[in-house]
Amino acid sequence: MDIGLPPALVTTLTFVVLVVLAWLLLTRSVLGRGFSVPLRNILRGNETAQYPEKPRPVAPRFHGRHQLNRYADGLEKCIGCELCAWACPADAIYVQGADNTAEARYSPGERYAEDYQINFNRCILCGLCIEACPTRALTMTHDYEFSAPHRRDLVWTKDRLLAPVPPGGDDTPHTDREVRRRGLNYYGGLAVTPPTLHGGRFKPAAPAPAARAGEVVPTGELPAADELPPDPATVGGPTRPEPGRDR
Amino acid sequence: MTEQVTFTIDGQEITVPKGTLIIRAAEELGIIVPRFCDHPLLDPVGACRQCMVEIEGMPKPMMACTTTVMPDKAVKTHLTSELARKGQEGTLEFLLINHPLDCPMCDKGGECPLQDQALAHGSNASRFIDQKRRYDKPVAVSQQILLDRERCVLCARCTRFSEQISGDPFIELFERGALEQVAIYEDEPYESYFSGNVIQICPVGALTSTSYRFRARPFDVVTTPSVCDHCSAGCTLTVQSRRGEIQRQLARTNMAVNEAWNCDKGRFGFPHLTAATRITEPKLRDGDALVTASWTDVLRRIRSAVTAAREAGPGRIAVVTGSRLADEDAYAASKYARAVLGTDDVDHRTRFAPASERDELAGIVGRDTATYADVERAGVIVVAGLDPEEEVPILHLRLRKAWRNHQARIVVVGPHLGTLADLAWRHVVTAPGTEAAVLAQLAGDGPLDGSAGEVAEALREVDAPVVLVGERAGAGSISAAAALAAAGDGGVAYVPRRAGARGAIEAGLAAGLLPGGRRLDDADDRAAIEEHWGALPAERGRDLHAILTDAAAGRIDVLHLIGVDLARDAPSAELARAALAKVGTVIVQDLARTETVAGFADVVLPAAGRQERAGTTTNWEGRRQRFARAIDGPDLVQEDWEILVQIAAILGKDLGFSDLAALRAEVERVGRRATPHPLPTVDEVVPAVGTAADDDGAGVTVVARPLLLDHGTMLTGATDLLATARPATVALSPADAAAHDIAAGDLVEVAGANGSLTLPAVLAPDVLSGTVVVPTNSTDEPAGVLADRDGRLTATLTKVSSDAAEEVA
Ligand code: SF4
Ligand code: SF4
Ligand code: SF4
Ligand code: SF4
Ligand code: FES
Repeated sequence: MDIGLPPALVTTLTFVVLVVLAWLLLTRSVLGRGFSVPLRNILRGNETAQYPEKPRPVAPRFHGRHQLNRYADGLEKCIGCELCAWACPADAIYVQGADNTAEARYSPGERYAEDYQINFNRCILCGLCIEACPTRALTMTHDYEFSAPHRRDLVWTKDRLLAPVPPGGDDTPHTDREVRRRGLNYYGGLAVTPPTLHGGRFKPAAPAPAARAGEVVPTGELPAADELPPDPATVGGPTRPEPGRDR
Repeated sequence: MTEQVTFTIDGQEITVPKGTLIIRAAEELGIIVPRFCDHPLLDPVGACRQCMVEIEGMPKPMMACTTTVMPDKAVKTHLTSELARKGQEGTLEFLLINHPLDCPMCDKGGECPLQDQALAHGSNASRFIDQKRRYDKPVAVSQQILLDRERCVLCARCTRFSEQISGDPFIELFERGALEQVAIYEDEPYESYFSGNVIQICPVGALTSTSYRFRARPFDVVTTPSVCDHCSAGCTLTVQSRRGEIQRQLARTNMAVNEAWNCDKGRFGFPHLTAATRITEPKLRDGDALVTASWTDVLRRIRSAVTAAREAGPGRIAVVTGSRLADEDAYAASKYARAVLGTDDVDHRTRFAPASERDELAGIVGRDTATYADVERAGVIVVAGLDPEEEVPILHLRLRKAWRNHQARIVVVGPHLGTLADLAWRHVVTAPGTEAAVLAQLAGDGPLDGSAGEVAEALREVDAPVVLVGERAGAGSISAAAALAAAGDGGVAYVPRRAGARGAIEAGLAAGLLPGGRRLDDADDRAAIEEHWGALPAERGRDLHAILTDAAAGRIDVLHLIGVDLARDAPSAELARAALAKVGTVIVQDLARTETVAGFADVVLPAAGRQERAGTTTNWEGRRQRFARAIDGPDLVQEDWEILVQIAAILGKDLGFSDLAALRAEVERVGRRATPHPLPTVDEVVPAVGTAADDDGAGVTVVARPLLLDHGTMLTGATDLLATARPATVALSPADAAAHDIAAGDLVEVAGANGSLTLPAVLAPDVLSGTVVVPTNSTDEPAGVLADRDGRLTATLTKVSSDAAEEVA
């Protein structure tokens, strides 16, 4: 057959038609789209994760199991406020607050969590509790390997949730005397009301009006305007001695 | 009809009586103006400046809570006025300037009006960058109440409450400006039975309670409506529990009864349900010890004891119920005694009442009694044998309200004024137990002199006086009081102390009395009850005094005590203890390990407390109120009526109901007598004065009056509450004190027939000389040890040491 076209052109046209047909087959037909996946992946490298031998790192903001953090000296950040429990859409958190006392101080301020439980049977790891926590006590770790053979074991209490005691710190409870001596500024100077530090039996209300006026506790100078506020999650420097506080 | 005023709020027209506050009128339209200091039951003060509204023609915004309505003015709230909105926003910013905002550790967090209104009406940011004012916190205003001055918004609700409502020297605002603060008085100890209310009305977390401190958040708790079981006032309560444990109780608003208040006993008096002394299992006596047994064992033991007592002859079984029972229990107990045990030896009173009182009690039921509203309106209120603040505190608040609002003249009849000393207009002094004679004289036409004469005059002047008779008023007082009230077309009420007393009367829990104000000796009444209960005992039975006397003489084999601690509460402790020791089988059905249980009970049946069950209760007015189950009790406790149903069953009888609905239906069917029995006439029941045996001059008569917070069973475990109890003292007149060489503060031994109490002396000019007043149950041994076997209280006074205060110091 001779239709008068140069053979090179015929070869080229045939090639173009075949490529178009192949492209149409692969992109327009169901079968072709199916085959295109293995075809493409033949060219890619091996993606198999060698879990659990070689677990891969998770994303930086991964929602793993929770942790209750501590200050550098070991005091717990959690104040037992229940805001996390309130925020939780799965009702997975149980908190029971209690009073810090002079002899047994667990956290700065008046209140601490006497009992703290997260029920991982219920938790959906949404992280709303983390957003609610006013002291950054509750954060999420990258640990996701906490399945358990028994449902009961999925109710985590403070002994498992609390972060390890930082080097140089002590496990709770502390005494008020130790805490005062350390003179740390727990809320990092950011809180308008630094935590009060007298626990135990409540001081009776002073009766005489004149005595009361002197009892207003001065808080010293303001932080300088250009001073960078320290990270509230870390412990700041020593506070000024507070006259009137040292009884 | 008061004059009406028409004006508009946010463009809506409204007509209200002249003198109405704008904030109240707005509420009627459903417009809520934000507020902190305004409280409908307290006088307006305008302290917080939060309720600003714009009023047409006024240059500046006005306070809706202090401004009364004006005709034809256009009032614009924050909803329509930019001026008002900005004003409110500014006020909130000012309020928050010195506010610590420690919401996370604040007990009010989650139910805080300041939080809510700052969210709804405040601006998003504060311009305040300086240091906030700081105080030491929290400080204890009392062992029950903590004050955080940093959180206070100086609304003066607490100080107005204590000044206007409870009238106690409590807290006041001191200092000025930024240093203005709530504090207690220097020279007067903080002492109030109503202090818990300030916690509830404080619009911020400045006042909090030690017992609820850090216990729960509003979203944790399950809220159940209830009615207080501590006294006959019948305050409606809100019980809040978390994980099956009561966390706190609040006053529930009920304007007809407790308005929006309650007393501290009702608010904080629930730890007894979980106290170590609580009875949680049935027990049987084995020698000196009580050992845990099964319900089957205890029921069998009761069956053998009751069968043996029946075989030994008639009259060997008796039932005494305290007055803590719910109405359903009282009815079941009444039926159980008559229809199952076949005895009329039953009494609900823990006092030795005169025999004639039965007719008076029968006559009360179905008759209109005075109500709180009557008390509030009355021009003259006669109070006899009753100390309302110690016994029925909410009634005291009403008396005070009448006294404050329209200077109601409060007349106390009795040997002393007690806590009414501040309110009383006149005191008609009588010897203890002879109140009836005075009431009768006041009702009569005879000429009277002294304060009685003035009272008689006042009673003639006013419309609708109210006469309130308590448990300590002597024989015939109810009839005499009714006669007195009838003379002035007023109201009368018998005001017992304990919560179940009125219900017990309705259920016929006294010898000779039947349910619905019926009497055992009335043929029609008998027939009406026999229709439901079967055969009734033929004869009128014995009351508490006769039961105890016969028991002490060995004539009673089985004594069934339901919610009563006779070893402490009986008027004669000696007689009660002798009787309990002598009785073969003492069955005690109660909440706690009382002295009676520990020392004398042979069979112990654990009963459910008020919050652990549903039921009905009747207060002193005769007002019935239902309460609901708030928590589960210990596993093995049962409701009192359930226990009686089971005892009946094991004795081969059917009480006729096995659930609360059937029981209530039966109470409904039995109903009340169509026309109440007439009250006995004064001549029949009021003994002539002066018949009492003359005393030999050496001794004094003792009046035992209960204090609100004492060693009662239902207060065990409430440590913080009991720390605010008033001290036990012996009150005597200055004349007696001089005669015995006693000065205030001296320790005095009050030696009675069977024991003595040693108490610090208080000189009280209002106490009749020859009489001393001691608390019933505030000492290690109850005042009942002073009594002889007839419950007569006479004693000799001896000074033990002078000036106890000095010794302590
Ligand atoms: S991560 Fe979500 S579901 Fe889990 S405890 Fe926190 S709030 Fe609750
Ligand atoms: S973890 Fe945070 S939010 Fe939860 S109770 Fe503790 S402080 Fe409050
Ligand atoms: S009073 Fe209200 S606003 Fe103030 S700290 Fe408490 S909860 Fe927060
Ligand atoms: S303590 Fe509470 S009720 Fe009293 S003035 Fe302050 S804010 Fe008001
Ligand atoms: S509510 Fe009106 S001034 Fe406080």
